[in-house]
Amino acid sequence: MCADRLTRAQIAERVARAIPEGSYVNLGIGLPTRVADYLPKGREVILHTENGMLGMGPAARSDEVDPDLVNAGKVPVTETPGASYFHHADSFGMMRGGHLDVCVLGAFQVSATGDLANWSTGAPGAIPAIGGAMDLAIGAKNVYVVMDLFTRDGVSKLVESCSYPLTGVGCVTRIYTDVAVFEPGPDGVVVVELFGDFTVESLREATGLALADGTGATT
Amino acid sequence: MIDKQVRDVPAALGGVEHGATVMIGGFGETGLPEALIDGLIDRGIGGLTIVNNNAGTGSTGIAALLKAGLVTKVICSFPRQVGSTVFDDLYRAGEVELELVPQGTLAERIRAAGAGIGGFFTPTGFGTEVAAGKETREIGGRNYVLEYPLFADVALISAFRADRFGNLVYRKTARNFGPIMATAASTTIAQVDEVVDAGSIDPETIITPGIFVDRVVAIGSRFENEMWAHVR
Repeated sequence: MCADRLTRAQIAERVARAIPEGSYVNLGIGLPTRVADYLPKGREVILHTENGMLGMGPAARSDEVDPDLVNAGKVPVTETPGASYFHHADSFGMMRGGHLDVCVLGAFQVSATGDLANWSTGAPGAIPAIGGAMDLAIGAKNVYVVMDLFTRDGVSKLVESCSYPLTGVGCVTRIYTDVAVFEPGPDGVVVVELFGDFTVESLREATGLALADGTGATT
Repeated sequence: MIDKQVRDVPAALGGVEHGATVMIGGFGETGLPEALIDGLIDRGIGGLTIVNNNAGTGSTGIAALLKAGLVTKVICSFPRQVGSTVFDDLYRAGEVELELVPQGTLAERIRAAGAGIGGFFTPTGFGTEVAAGKETREIGGRNYVLEYPLFADVALISAFRADRFGNLVYRKTARNFGPIMATAASTTIAQVDEVVDAGSIDPETIITPGIFVDRVVAIGSRFENEMWAHVR
């Protein structure tokens, strides 16, 4: 077992490995976007961007920029062979209708039963914004969250019950963090993989949650 | 003879009134009908409720419309962006009302309005703040929220090419809200790069059929812009 926590790039790489050939995948803004950089060569995965495209390619080089072709973060991107375009209701129908295999999202908090909070901290004066987060959270077949397990102040973001406003209820399939991979569910959280020096027991202490040990199944 | 092409932007915006609900196509800058927005500003039509995915960035487009004091309410999914300072300041000062709608719910409410659907149950937002006070129902073991259609007096959209019948073709992700907004407004106005001869657009490639479009105005090719040199 390696002694270090995963870097953000390593978290992205770990998620990328978990995405099967042939999947239709939506990657959220920020760290989730970097998952695309680590998809194993030769594995055919089709990227969906909420603004209306399947088969999204990498970010456009300066000589490739087309103002009519951007991703969900409004960044100019490219198209891959087999790409298609569609309007917004179709694009969100792909989410809400359960057609996407995987979405990868960031989070402020995830609860033991898989509730997700990632759109608002409820801070006074903050401008609220939802975008496609609520549609992705309840729509994709597998909702993978990527986040550091602890805030800068050392507080666990995996919690008994979210204190921030919810994005979706019981929707998170798996949580990829810098120290472990978790699977929340109706019966609580299972630790399925550990990185660094943490043990299931020390994670129980750090999170205050009655974590089940599922690491034996994968090692 | 049917001819939906009008000569210029002021003619395209004829009849748009103070207090109108105006859908504005686009996702960020992409597919934003900027010439029509500038036309609204020039005419000084105010008291508007605008429907868009965002709430403008920088100092042009929707940000300029807001800055001109013409908007009283914004219905959108994602106002907070890098450079959304005009909206942020107005919102914090209480000078513009915000109705925040999940993006897919926004799209589906617009689609429902255009398709004659009186309401729909969606799983999006169940158990969250956006479902507060709304009717919910369990259907087939899953929980849903009742949402209503969203109509507009006017839809301002941008497309790539049109003919005199109002048939529209878009380009890439600039399509975004255009096809659904075109169906949901009493009057739909499209700015396009060019209007071509009737019959010269392959019917198989038309995305918005002319029945949904009232006026078309050609604003010239955006490809002449230097930024587009390699796409030409």
